[in-house]
Amino acid sequence: MGGSPIVIKLRSLIFKALALGSLLFLSGCNAVVMNPKGIIAEHEKHLFFVALSLMLIIVVPVIILTLVIARRYRASNTNAKYTPDWSHNNWLELVWWTVPAIIIIILATITWISAHRLDPYRPIQSDVKPITIDVVALNWRWLFIYPDLGIATINFVQFPVNTPVAFHLTSDGPMNSFQIPQLAGQIYAMAGMKTQLHLMANEMGDYNGRSTNFSGDGFSDMTFVAHVSSQDDFNKWVQTVKQSSNALTMDTYKKLAAPSEDETVQYFSSVENNLFDNVVMSFMMPAMTTTTVNTGTNSPAVVSSKK
Amino acid sequence: MLEQLIFGKLTLDAIPYQNPIIMGAGAFMALCALAVIGALFYFKRWTWLWKEWLTSVDHKKIGIMYIIFAGVMLLRGFSDAIMMRTQQAIAVSPHLGYLPPEHYDQVFTAHGVIMIFFMAMAFVFGLVNIIVPEQIGARDVAYPYLNSLSFWLTVAGGSLVFISLVVGDFAATGWLAYPPLSELAYSPGVGVDYYLWALTLSGIGTLIGGINIFVTIIKMRCPGMTLMKMPLFTWSVLCSMILVIVSFPILNATLGMLFLDRFFGMHFFTADFGGNAMMYVNLIWSWGHPEVYILVLPAFGIYSEIVATFCKKTLFGYTAMVWATVAITFLSFTVWLHHFFTMGAGADVNAAFGIATMIISVPTGVKIFNWLATMYRGRITFATPMMWTIAFLITFSIGGMTGVLMSVPAIDFQVHNSVFLIAHFHNTIIGGVAFGLFAGYTYWFPKMFGFKLNETLGKFAFWFWVVGFYLAFMPLYLLGFMGMTRRLDHYSAATGWHPYLVVAMIGAFSIFIGIIFQIVQLLVSIKNRKQNMDTTGDPWDGRTLEWSIPSPPPFYNFAIEPTVDARDPFWAEKQKRKQPGYVAVKPHYTDIHMPRNTAAGFIAGMFAAVFGFAMAWDMPLIAAITGIGVLACLITRTFNFNTDYYVTAAEVEKTEAAIASGVR
Repeated sequence: MGGSPIVIKLRSLIFKALALGSLLFLSGCNAVVMNPKGIIAEHEKHLFFVALSLMLIIVVPVIILTLVIARRYRASNTNAKYTPDWSHNNWLELVWWTVPAIIIIILATITWISAHRLDPYRPIQSDVKPITIDVVALNWRWLFIYPDLGIATINFVQFPVNTPVAFHLTSDGPMNSFQIPQLAGQIYAMAGMKTQLHLMANEMGDYNGRSTNFSGDGFSDMTFVAHVSSQDDFNKWVQTVKQSSNALTMDTYKKLAAPSEDETVQYFSSVENNLFDNVVMSFMMPAMTTTTVNTGTNSPAVVSSKK
Repeated sequence: MLEQLIFGKLTLDAIPYQNPIIMGAGAFMALCALAVIGALFYFKRWTWLWKEWLTSVDHKKIGIMYIIFAGVMLLRGFSDAIMMRTQQAIAVSPHLGYLPPEHYDQVFTAHGVIMIFFMAMAFVFGLVNIIVPEQIGARDVAYPYLNSLSFWLTVAGGSLVFISLVVGDFAATGWLAYPPLSELAYSPGVGVDYYLWALTLSGIGTLIGGINIFVTIIKMRCPGMTLMKMPLFTWSVLCSMILVIVSFPILNATLGMLFLDRFFGMHFFTADFGGNAMMYVNLIWSWGHPEVYILVLPAFGIYSEIVATFCKKTLFGYTAMVWATVAITFLSFTVWLHHFFTMGAGADVNAAFGIATMIISVPTGVKIFNWLATMYRGRITFATPMMWTIAFLITFSIGGMTGVLMSVPAIDFQVHNSVFLIAHFHNTIIGGVAFGLFAGYTYWFPKMFGFKLNETLGKFAFWFWVVGFYLAFMPLYLLGFMGMTRRLDHYSAATGWHPYLVVAMIGAFSIFIGIIFQIVQLLVSIKNRKQNMDTTGDPWDGRTLEWSIPSPPPFYNFAIEPTVDARDPFWAEKQKRKQPGYVAVKPHYTDIHMPRNTAAGFIAGMFAAVFGFAMAWDMPLIAAITGIGVLACLITRTFNFNTDYYVTAAEVEKTEAAIASGVR
């Protein structure tokens, strides 16, 4: 057996690689979905393992049965029983219609409840006053507007820990999808439409966010950082942003909205009134927005057109 | 002015001379084409090619051409896959890899389009074409000429994808071309137009093909073959063709509307002026979800045939299998929304579609248990088709499981658009469809050509494929949890994805070796065909009618129309022959009614290919000429009343005698 040392070497190598791989993975520092820092992501992770366990009840026996049956009833094993015409058994068939059906009924119940409890549109219950952040997906960067604070940022978003955050999202271009995996699942950002995502971080830190829906050449770098801080640090940060010399006027916005792969973080100390709504409405009423924007009038035009 | 009329937007700049990868691929394609043309001249085979193949309406020949086409497309689609895997294994910051975004985006788009529309679909239609008529005891399909037209329209679509590699570029939008990205505002080039015409032409071809096979199964079964006596492959094809007939019009209408948006400035799906991109997404998935069942149902049918044959046992639970297939057919139309839970539908809608999705796993699970019960107390021979089937049972169970996980909306919010999804659907499409197609290809190869494929090389191919599959896609499940999104052309080293992507690339190369083994297997088997000759027509001790006729069958398939009274008619017949005192009935031949060959399908297909090209490049003159050309072909053909003939009983007797004595 001249080849055996090589085989053994290969086997130990594969084993080491597997051990290393699982160690790396289980350490969890990179498996963001498995390492949640927000209440929604926490529930989603839990749900994943519940569903997985339910499914494994069926899948593990199927895999074992496949291998065992294939081995036992190999043609060379003439000791095994052979029943060439056995092709029907009511009891067996009853079992494998009902057992999976029961599992699916359980899973369906869980699905119904969780779909409602973890609906991204559902505001998070908390004593703390929620903070609203408007998000515009541009080609190819993220614009965050804090409507209550009158500030805006590019490719960076900060909010306080243990505070519900209500994201309102739209896109000024192709479809994108907004996700901060450690805090919550994603929601699409689409032109002419407004979607919502509610989340709450329960630990401070920097969390990576990105667009997950392909939107063109600059898509790969369409990332941002979500910095979760204490309320005090957040207030200080807001003051810093307010001191920025940049203002987000319609002109600045138009420059930002032009396709660009520049990923620099930017701060804006003030934001044009109703910028977010105007971006949404600019797609619904292309002719009107020019007037809306040019005259600087705010929401009335928007509100009336919704009727 | 004239230049504009003829060439439209096309200039010499459309050829990317500066890109060595594209020009290399183009040169390779040109060399292959030249080699084929050269060989045809050298061996003086042009007339043969024209009379025996291009203008043939024989379902077996059209099926073989479908499979050859699918094989070529597999190579192209797989090259794209290898390019993506190497790009992602290299492109960890600060490296950007060797593919710039505008090229990488075309590569993943082309990979998806080619593998689904031109590889898997063509392969399915190839096997369906060859086997279904033989399984139901028919001599051809219901509409032989339309069969030829279907095939050549598919080729027309595929050739547009090939041409787009060298002339201009292909869509860079992802394989379903979601608007507004695919609208003129964000994709002004010809890429999306190529995409639209490639899919429109092949889509029409598929729809015609679906109707054709459906009618064949309904109307042309031999006496005695009631619906509940049909082989399970035919049953699953029937269900699959129903899905084709119902869903492909949606695809063509949707792409038609996107075309109107782009060509005439309409606003079905644009972001502005009242267009609604979400409508496109709904429509495309209400085709797209049934589409995956169009592919996987025939594969289920193939496994059912193979399990029974190689376990030497009647298929377990035939009735349950049929009803499970029918249930999957209906349910497949009720789940499309699970592709976009994350677009902001309400919790009620999401939950309803999620639950509908997981219900499909019940009939699918029943099928798996029935296959296992068929293996139970059987005598299993591990020929390559059976190996693929066992690999399928395990792999598909895993893929099905991750599918059910994703059908829970709250879980989907985390893994949607991630490479977890990529792993899931490759897990089902490779583990379900591709394994099934390879199994069917090996199983029915002797029926198509009269000799078996080399088993040893087939097993090498099998192991490299299966190991490669697990290496390539299991890491992607983990990467999904690590927040890796699909369609990234580069990423930061801090993500920790890099080692897993290297493993995935190694997996892709293992599959590559598997494909090389498949090619070598084919060549070696052709070379050694004398040793592997199938003289009986029944190399695997089969159970259904296709094994009762010679391999390859004569052009009329059945010299005498069979009559059946059992589910595995040929198996029952063989049992009867074993009885003592069995006397073979002397055959009584009658005249056989057969269709005449026609060039109409081929010519219309070629006109359609040029028409698609001209439409993509805005060439009014050429588009008008070729468009009229297509219509002229179709209309002329309807006035041709000399479309059939009779093979006399004497000729049949002579042919049968020649086959029996081993001379063709």
